[in-house]
Amino acid sequence: MEVGQMQRRLVDYTKSLFMEGFLDAQFLQLQQLQDESNPDFVVEVVSLFFDDSEKLLNDLTMALDQPNVDFKKVDAHVHQLKGSSSSIGAQRVKNACIAFRSFCEEQNIDATLRCLQQVKQEYYLVKNKLETMLRLEQQIVAAGGSIPMIELGF
Amino acid sequence: MVLKLQQSHHHQSVAVKGNEQMGTKRGYTFIQSNRDWLPKLILLWVMVMGFISTWIYKKMDADNNVRREEVLSSMCDQRARMLQDQFSVSVNHVHALALLVATFHYYKNPSAIDQETFAEYTARAAFERPLLSGVAYAERVVHSGREKFEKQHGWTIKAMQREPSRLRDEYAPLIFSQETISYIESLDMMSGEEDRENIVRARATGKAVLTSPFRLLGSHHLGVVLTFPVYKSKLPPKPTMEERIVATAGYLGGAIDVESLVENLLGQLAGNQAILVNVYDITNSSDPLVMYGHQNQDGDWAVVHESKLDFGDPFRKHQMICRYHQKAPTSWTALTNVFLFFVICLLVGYILYGAVIHIVKVEDDFREMQELKVRAEAADVAKSQFLATVPHEIRTPMNGMLALLLDTDLSSTQRGYAQTAQVCGKALITLINEVIDRAKIEAGKLELETVPFNIRSIFDNVLSLFSEKSRNKGVEVSRDKTNRKPSLAVFVSDKVPEMVMGDLGRFRQIITNLVGNSVKFTERGHIFVKVHLAESTQPVADTKVETCLNGGSDEGLLISSACQFKTGYEAADERNSWDSFRHLVVDEELRYDAPVNTIDEASRGITLMVSVEDTGIGIPLIVQDRVFTPFMQADSSTSRNYGGTGIGLSITKCLVELMGGHISFISRPQVGSTFSFTTVFKRCNKASYNDTKKSIVELPSGFKGLKAIVVDGKPGKQNGHVFKLPKVILLAKNITNVELEKAKAAGFADTVIMKPMRASMAAACLQQVLGIGKKRQAGKDMLNGSPVLHGLLCGKKILVVDDNMAHQRVFAGALKKFGAAVECRESGKAALKLLQLPCCFYACFMDIQMPEMDGFEATHPIRMMESKANEQMNGGMDEDSGRKGEWHVPILAMTADVIHATYDECLKCRMDGCVEAL
Repeated sequence: MEVGQMQRRLVDYTKSLFMEGFLDAQFLQLQQLQDESNPDFVVEVVSLFFDDSEKLLNDLTMALDQPNVDFKKVDAHVHQLKGSSSSIGAQRVKNACIAFRSFCEEQNIDATLRCLQQVKQEYYLVKNKLETMLRLEQQIVAAGGSIPMIELGF
Repeated sequence: MVLKLQQSHHHQSVAVKGNEQMGTKRGYTFIQSNRDWLPKLILLWVMVMGFISTWIYKKMDADNNVRREEVLSSMCDQRARMLQDQFSVSVNHVHALALLVATFHYYKNPSAIDQETFAEYTARAAFERPLLSGVAYAERVVHSGREKFEKQHGWTIKAMQREPSRLRDEYAPLIFSQETISYIESLDMMSGEEDRENIVRARATGKAVLTSPFRLLGSHHLGVVLTFPVYKSKLPPKPTMEERIVATAGYLGGAIDVESLVENLLGQLAGNQAILVNVYDITNSSDPLVMYGHQNQDGDWAVVHESKLDFGDPFRKHQMICRYHQKAPTSWTALTNVFLFFVICLLVGYILYGAVIHIVKVEDDFREMQELKVRAEAADVAKSQFLATVPHEIRTPMNGMLALLLDTDLSSTQRGYAQTAQVCGKALITLINEVIDRAKIEAGKLELETVPFNIRSIFDNVLSLFSEKSRNKGVEVSRDKTNRKPSLAVFVSDKVPEMVMGDLGRFRQIITNLVGNSVKFTERGHIFVKVHLAESTQPVADTKVETCLNGGSDEGLLISSACQFKTGYEAADERNSWDSFRHLVVDEELRYDAPVNTIDEASRGITLMVSVEDTGIGIPLIVQDRVFTPFMQADSSTSRNYGGTGIGLSITKCLVELMGGHISFISRPQVGSTFSFTTVFKRCNKASYNDTKKSIVELPSGFKGLKAIVVDGKPGKQNGHVFKLPKVILLAKNITNVELEKAKAAGFADTVIMKPMRASMAAACLQQVLGIGKKRQAGKDMLNGSPVLHGLLCGKKILVVDDNMAHQRVFAGALKKFGAAVECRESGKAALKLLQLPCCFYACFMDIQMPEMDGFEATHPIRMMESKANEQMNGGMDEDSGRKGEWHVPILAMTADVIHATYDECLKCRMDGCVEAL
């Protein structure tokens, strides 16, 4: 594929992510933080987010599987997840976490289980999207092009 | 990443707490603290009053009784005295009788009295002795003379039992008797024990002697027998008892009917029914004998009076006892008085109780109100916080947006648009702030700031903000090509200094309001804003206009070919119309050339006169005096057609007056309005404005001296802006990309400037064309004035502590972007190790919620360590006085939810601040 075409695709794809609300302004800031001195910043942070989230989701699943659910622990996990997701701008995961936490306060097991599913779903979606995007970027870099700056009026 | 310091919230919460403390401190009055005792107190009061009432009643009753007793005693004494008198009268009569017997029986010889005479005399003199049932005389007969005596009288001496008397020493047979008691004749009075005793006593004393009371034989009334001695011979003046006994000749006796006596006596006196009288013989004090009255008659035994009676017999004692017939009647007066007193006391108690209860209630209400007040104030604070935060929340993304706008290389059209967008955005931010200002004005808390600013830039910004609006409006309203939109122009006199000190925001607000109004209500013609010094408002007449291009400054671009600007519409205020303006310009130019005495003016303030003239619909005459009243528009159709709340002008007026000026207007319906106002600014000294950050888009001064010709086909429009060849700039109102391409293809223009002309846009355009590159100046503004931050953080070591890896990386990335050297740690413990003294960190950002050791816990040992080190250092000051300062690493908490509690907690743990991290 031609570099220009790939660049355009990347831009369109990224825009669609913003349009559909997967990402928010935070991700843009993240991208702005990446420069020559720190070329892999976004990838680094995003993979950190993936690792962190996988671990947390596992913990959450385990915690909610217990006969006596420790809601304090669950809440702490969700808080962590919310922090991670908001720091990379994964808006929908963050929102799902907020709902999750409110049900944690109510100690509503059914709702929390539903929320867990929701969070998982959002997480896998955004993970998929981000991976696709990062793959595109890598391809562009591999093809010798530069990654276009995304400008969005949000 | 959104960083926010939560300083203001903290202050507000402190204020609220202060109020609460005030609320609890007050209101603990004596009554309030003893409120539980109130029912007991009222009970005690009632009881005490009851006792007092009873006591008063007792006292009054006792007084009554004393009076009753006094009455009784006086009555009793009176009766006793009278009885005594009557009795003594009877005794005296008996005495007289005795003397009669002595005189006529013994001193005459032979005796002048016999039974017949005696009986007759006594019967006829009986009226004198009404109480004596009868009198009799017994002669003393010694045993030796008995026979002689019996022989002389012809009967034997009989004893009481009517048999011949037994032998004794002496006898006392009755010889004379009244007819009423003639049946006792010849009885020996000595035979009765009592009589004998009486007789012996009587002859020994020579006085009347009484027997104890007994039932009289005839009447069965109680009576006594009175015995009087009769002596044979005259006694010596002071006779002894023996002499008396020897001299005794006989005894005169009479029975006194005491009962009748007392009965008579009482009958004569008033109040007889009220009292009971008893007369006793108390010679034997242990066994009083009744002389009168019934012993067991009912009566009031409570009040008894005893009066002594002296019937003249020294051996017998008599006594009169009086008491009331009936028990003391209940004293109704006393009872009523006491009852009233008690009722009054009850009422007083009730009133006091009611008052106290009322006080308690009022105090309770007061406290409740205070609570409510505190709550209301908290709500108010919350509202203020909301007002303070929401615009802040809007502004933050706005800043991001605006920062990105000019981040890339743009063509001049794009740059112009982008600049407009940016300026609009900034104006929007300003407007958001103005929302808060409105509330502030209403609360009277608006404070003016004093910052240096460029007046021309402000007008430039405002113009650009409204040019878009007016352009759209022009297209919508009318298809008429020549008059399809109002022209918008600003003139700033050269005499107005470039920089002044004053409140930029408020000034802009005033201008925005006035120009906004004008734009809103003007569909054709022009809107013209004129600014000059208040001193130079008088237009100079008869000045010929030679040149209108003011090449000396940037504003020349705006006002070029001024003579042609007039759009053919009359303005409301002729003074401000273009003709005078023309003169003004020339006048000012002339004055400008001449050396002006500006030195003394430097110290004074500058009074600016701003007028906004439009050719709009004007203000109807009837509402002209209400224009500055809040929420007032000409009529309801105005708001329907033009929108708005009608508060703008009132705010404007407030602001103008706050800034030391005043506002006025001239308006003619269907012709237009001219609003003029004055403001006072401080002169800006160079030093102060060099220091300040120049946030406004600077107008480059590189064009000074360049000559430009503005060509505009239509009168009133400057179309075609010809610069020094070969640079050609096309001025257009609305131009499509296709047209632009066309124009470029024709080689006609180097660039296009969208109308209306704005100084900044023209400058940007010229920069592009002339190659005076402004190297992405605006781009640097990204992330909230990052150059400043960059300078602040460059090379500084900063520690970031966060267990959330992703978060940590992002935060670190952001700080690195500003040139800081960032260290990261995942836990409080790790951070502690790193922060051991001496440490070289410039600052430490710490997440609050971390497992094992959270931010608060981690801060504590650090502060402990530091204070210890500081103490040691201060202790060793003498040796090492050179080293001053203290260990104190600024620790900032990071948290997603900054609420008051969190912030307060942070300060409590001696952190230095709180950062809201997304």
